[in-house]
Amino acid sequence: MPPSIQALTHKYFRHNKRFPHVWCPGCGNGIVMGALLRAITRLDLEKDEIVLASGIGCSGRMPTYLDFNTLHTTHGRALTFATGIKLANPALNVVAIMGDGDATAIGGNHLIHAARRNLNLTAIIINNSIYGMTGGQYSPTTPFGSTTTTSVYGHIEHAFSISELAVTAGAAFVARSTVYHAALADQLIEQAMIKPGFAVVEIISNCHVQYGRRNKIGNAIDMLTSFKEQAVTVKKAATMEEEELQGKITIGVLADRDLPVSTDEYKRIREQARSKQEGK
Amino acid sequence: MTEAKRKRCLLQGNEAIVQGALAARCRFFAGYPITPASEIAEQLSVRLPAVNGTFIQMEDEIASIGAVIGASLTGVKAMTATSGPGFSLMQENLGFACAAEVPCVIVNVMRGGPSTGLPTSPAQGDVQMARWGTHGDHPIIVLAVSSVLDSFTITVKAFNLAEKYRIPVIVLSDEVVAHTRESVELPLDSEVKVVNRIAPGMPPDWYKPYEADTRGVPPMASFGDGYRHHVTGLVHDQDGFPTQNPQEVEKFHLRLSMKITKGLSDIQLTKKFHMDDAELFVVAYGSVARSAMRAVEDARKAGIKAGLLQLITLFPFPRRTLTPYLQQCHSVLVPELNLGQISREVQRVNQGQCAVVKLNRVDGRLITPQQIYNRLVKLSAGRVS
Repeated sequence: MPPSIQALTHKYFRHNKRFPHVWCPGCGNGIVMGALLRAITRLDLEKDEIVLASGIGCSGRMPTYLDFNTLHTTHGRALTFATGIKLANPALNVVAIMGDGDATAIGGNHLIHAARRNLNLTAIIINNSIYGMTGGQYSPTTPFGSTTTTSVYGHIEHAFSISELAVTAGAAFVARSTVYHAALADQLIEQAMIKPGFAVVEIISNCHVQYGRRNKIGNAIDMLTSFKEQAVTVKKAATMEEEELQGKITIGVLADRDLPVSTDEYKRIREQARSKQEGK
Repeated sequence: MTEAKRKRCLLQGNEAIVQGALAARCRFFAGYPITPASEIAEQLSVRLPAVNGTFIQMEDEIASIGAVIGASLTGVKAMTATSGPGFSLMQENLGFACAAEVPCVIVNVMRGGPSTGLPTSPAQGDVQMARWGTHGDHPIIVLAVSSVLDSFTITVKAFNLAEKYRIPVIVLSDEVVAHTRESVELPLDSEVKVVNRIAPGMPPDWYKPYEADTRGVPPMASFGDGYRHHVTGLVHDQDGFPTQNPQEVEKFHLRLSMKITKGLSDIQLTKKFHMDDAELFVVAYGSVARSAMRAVEDARKAGIKAGLLQLITLFPFPRRTLTPYLQQCHSVLVPELNLGQISREVQRVNQGQCAVVKLNRVDGRLITPQQIYNRLVKLSAGRVS
């Protein structure tokens, strides 16, 4: 029997202090937060051993509400702070929560290097294709042709695929879900948190207020319905032609590989350095 | 048991900073290669893992200071080292460390600027950036080193102040101090006074992460030790959570400022030479203080009553130390490897009490003792140029 929402909120929320939250009604961030909590509760992790670090944006507010060691860093830099935390205290279970602009525009360099470096970290990227908090400007994942407050004549740039970027940069584990596929999201986050090495979970989310409305997709429910219709599993996607995959969202595990984890490798360096110094 | 003995060694300034950091129990370094600071990273990459510490080379300086702040939040003493261009990149996260009160040390080995500037030449062009580089009102401590021995002792002091006041401390070195080799006798680790941040004494349920003691400094819990709390760069209340309540916001700003003003006598470090009976004096810092020392000694030999006030702490600017001498002397000479950054501060606190004379050099070369001496001779003859 999975834990009820009530049980999860009771266990993990900072109740009397930090509510109401800043998110709009229908926002996908809450679904991602729920998925994260279900994963953590299934893994039976102590609250004290979890660090949740975020950047800036709507997603950046998530740590405020949750009763872990929480850190709300500067825009795009969640992974840099997380790197310092993990290296200085490898016993901590460190999760970075970021948005699409946060993780792939201003923080894009940190994302690819974190993937290359392969520390034992989990990165959850909520991709809603827009800068929501600042008023709906285009982000690196805004689709070509979209209308945003900084592309009222139609967007003329091409979107990143965050997951493909992470795979190419060398992340040990990369997976994608949508907020419609909430149960899949928590399974993927769970796998990511267990995975030794750098793990990325991209979750396609809805910003109906800043994106859906302007692009005539509709409200939160319309957007979630569109995710349902666009989603294809990794298995199914493998049987489809590239043209058929246009406009689809591939969901599931996109990469899962065993690579040396630099947090573990550093232990070896310490031993080497110590024996070298003792030899002197 | 044989007693450990001090060893005399030939070190460059950057190496002494490494020794000082290790003696202060720094156990984390994150940085990015840059001239003329790279030796600090290179040496710490060898030495930190041997003492169970961590070295990491990040993808840029923004990431470096981010990692340093993250490490410090787990209770580990952490630092980075850079030069002007990298220091510019660090400014945003430096402000985070000020606002969230995360102790850390940032070494800036100054080179000629602006922009890429003169990477292998000394300069002192980053002094006001060290004070005001990050946006918004904020407190900061800036120290300057002038010798290899200073590079050791001031680095230790920087860590101690960072821990004591929960604040980032900037150590300004310059290309000449960094790369000059001097014979020094460093104290043993057991002789070095090391200050650690105050841990919370109350049970976790009672812990308010930003409730300050009478000094204005809150006890600091580490991530993972049971005191789950929230750390943010947003203006926050005593509980550490964002607030826009005007009273809370004002309280936040005033306490950050107050914790430093309360500690001024502890933070403001200067050295005085021949100041007691001085009729004119030099205010200098960094490598320029070395030239000034020689010039003042030569001036004394020539019968000129000159003194040197060497600034170790540049910010908070040591106004109270200067004031009596501004009243006592007819002139103060401020030689700098910039177009006048500390002379602005001297003029500000002087309030017309004596003549403030600048001596600036920005051609990538050092100010020589002769230049300072010549100016002292002119000033003592009453001929201000």
